[in-house]
Amino acid sequence: MTDLLRFRDDTPTTDPVAAFETCCDQSNATAVRIEPGDDARALLTFLDRLTLVEVNFPVYGDGRGYSAARILREAGFDGEIRAVGDVLVDQLNNMRRCGFDAFQPNAPLDRADADAAFKTWPEVYQATTDGRNPIWNIRHGANHE
Amino acid sequence: MIILTGNDLKSGAVVWWDGAEWSLHIESAVDVGDEAEAIMAREESARRVNVPYSVEATLTDGIARPNHIKDRVRGLGPTVRPDLTLKPDNPAAIEEIV
Amino acid sequence: MYKYDQYDQAMVDARVAEFRDQAQRRIDGKLTEDQFKPLRLMNGLYLQLHAYMLRVAVPYGTLNSTQMHVLADIADKYDRGYGHFTTRQNIQYNWIKLEDAGDILADLAKVEMHAIQTSGNCIRNISSDHFAGAAQDELVDPRPYAELLRQWSSFHPEFMYLPRKFKIAVIASDTDRAAMRLHDIGIQIVKNADGEIGASFYVGGGMGRTPMIAPNIRDFVPLDQLITYSEACLRVYNRYGRRDNKYKARIKILVHELGAEEYTRQVEEEFAHLLEQGIEPPIAELERIKPFFADPAFEDGTKTVDRSDPDFALWVDRNTHRHKHDSYVSAVVSLKPVGGIPGDATAEQMHLMADLAKEYSFDELRVMHTQNIVLPHVKIADLHALWTKLEAAGLGTPNLDQIGDIIACPGLDYCSLANARSIPLAQKISERFKANGKEDTLGELKLKISGCINACGHHHAGHIGILGVDKKGVENYQLSLGGSEAEDTALGKITGRGFDEDGVIEAVETVTDVYLAQKEDGERFLDTYNRIGMAPFKEALYD
Repeated sequence: MTDLLRFRDDTPTTDPVAAFETCCDQSNATAVRIEPGDDARALLTFLDRLTLVEVNFPVYGDGRGYSAARILREAGFDGEIRAVGDVLVDQLNNMRRCGFDAFQPNAPLDRADADAAFKTWPEVYQATTDGRNPIWNIRHGANHE
Repeated sequence: MIILTGNDLKSGAVVWWDGAEWSLHIESAVDVGDEAEAIMAREESARRVNVPYSVEATLTDGIARPNHIKDRVRGLGPTVRPDLTLKPDNPAAIEEIV
Repeated sequence: MYKYDQYDQAMVDARVAEFRDQAQRRIDGKLTEDQFKPLRLMNGLYLQLHAYMLRVAVPYGTLNSTQMHVLADIADKYDRGYGHFTTRQNIQYNWIKLEDAGDILADLAKVEMHAIQTSGNCIRNISSDHFAGAAQDELVDPRPYAELLRQWSSFHPEFMYLPRKFKIAVIASDTDRAAMRLHDIGIQIVKNADGEIGASFYVGGGMGRTPMIAPNIRDFVPLDQLITYSEACLRVYNRYGRRDNKYKARIKILVHELGAEEYTRQVEEEFAHLLEQGIEPPIAELERIKPFFADPAFEDGTKTVDRSDPDFALWVDRNTHRHKHDSYVSAVVSLKPVGGIPGDATAEQMHLMADLAKEYSFDELRVMHTQNIVLPHVKIADLHALWTKLEAAGLGTPNLDQIGDIIACPGLDYCSLANARSIPLAQKISERFKANGKEDTLGELKLKISGCINACGHHHAGHIGILGVDKKGVENYQLSLGGSEAEDTALGKITGRGFDEDGVIEAVETVTDVYLAQKEDGERFLDTYNRIGMAPFKEALYD
């Protein structure tokens, strides 16, 4: 767990992480891992019992995990969403914007590099659930909840 | 024969393996036999070349002539801009590669 | 035209810094080529046949003279004195050094330009009608909508690693000058029965190895839902577009495999969900953008042309387009001189076009997807002076939409994906039809050449299309007939077995001879082909 970069105040769960199919079948898992082809919407009916969703990136060029994370956040999930696998510093910022708040890459990441990555964009053009107020709101003096 | 080509990492220039280093001139290309993979792995990890690959060629008048037109174009330059090729003073060079 | 505010400027400045850092990490060996490649592609930097190539975005094809001057300066300072205007209204440079990339981007950022998302598996530069804001037949200027989409699609956090590249075009007239239905998303701004303006969405078009014409999936999206609907289209694609095979990864395959109806159902479901998410900019944002595209101060003046100089009269007939103000026209600067390289312009020519735009066209230029340049607002009274200067610089070729106005991709002379050369064919065909005098009798004839199946030269959409293929290491060319990228969008059909270089040039002449022999009054090549079908052409070619 030393290579876990985490941006949450709660304690990481130590519960076993169930595979997606298992999790959908069994009712007591609190942590689950989804693969790029898994439908994140299938988790929505039991989100309240989950504390961790791991989203695997077997290759960083497969962007399905970004949609998965946003779907979970848009459904109100406030547990941990952890990007695992081929996660590189150049993708961290977009992942954070999509709702990821923890990263456990195959190759360890430097915390300082990660912090720098999050500061890449002074403002943003899109509204997501990350709480950043998009440029089109700032221009018109509005807030984004 | 098998020759090696790639691009220079910083400049992007097409380069050819001359047995000791990477040359801008295909005329310097040497047959690497079965050493291709080893040389490419070593040179790429040292960042002396970018995206190297091996090319089948035929020795013609003592010079390696790639079997595929794509690599012959790489060895000379755009056939539609003789002035920008490596042989701007030799218009016949284009006819020789196409 | 649109002017950056401090936020837009900060975004491109941040991008310059980010890419400079990425390039340096690559040079220092902290990034492998495999890791760097998608990053550099998202910034338009390719490794081509001879060197790095940098593609610079020209959003919806619109630029001002200051920007064109900087494009020329970049050609001189960092390249070999020229650039190549592309079929997606961008410009690319062929001889770029990786170590210069950061400096080039910094030069571009000073004039509100960039290379963001001009390649890679992300949403590309938004293209539009090159006569936008000038055409007599448009409903509204489509560019404010394109600009709204540009901002939304720039660095979109969810859609940077799509299954494949994603191209959007926005038009606002029934005449399609942007090949709208051959895009991943084609948007036509329309008016509904209640007189409201909205967007009609066509999804799943494209060229490449499996060309498809996009079906309409929704005929009216209200303007205050435009971004939300686009986001829904993209999310369904990002989740379900194929990633197992790069040749089946474009959205056209998804739409085709699901069926337009099922794809639409999924989009509508996602759309209903996203409407609750508050991701749509307020209408006030669109209203903020619109005035940037307001008409310049047109003045009444001469409405007729002095036709006493036949060369000038011919250029006016061929290279000008009707303007919404009757004292003006849009003038097309041909980058297709006879025997020239389609779309190439020297730094000197770019400087001249910039100066002429400043003097005669309210400081505006457009890049056409046919690789020519438009001066959108030229007073009819100024046309002769403009033409005289263009002629002197080799930019006055009167061949818009003629057989010499060939679209050609860079082909095997520059491109590492190409199978055959495209440019020499274009050069020889334009020379031949000039020499034999047939160009003048053929009328509108759109010839398009691609050097490989990726179809950057739009060969599927050519009245006559040529596709270069690799026949055991030898260049070979397939001929197709009957394509169109206009409002009568159609995909060309292959005539039969391919030809060598000389053979395909001969074949082009053969099919034009069939047309000349068979045409009826007022028919273009395409009309005759559509009436008589493939058989007479095949017979002339192969029997």
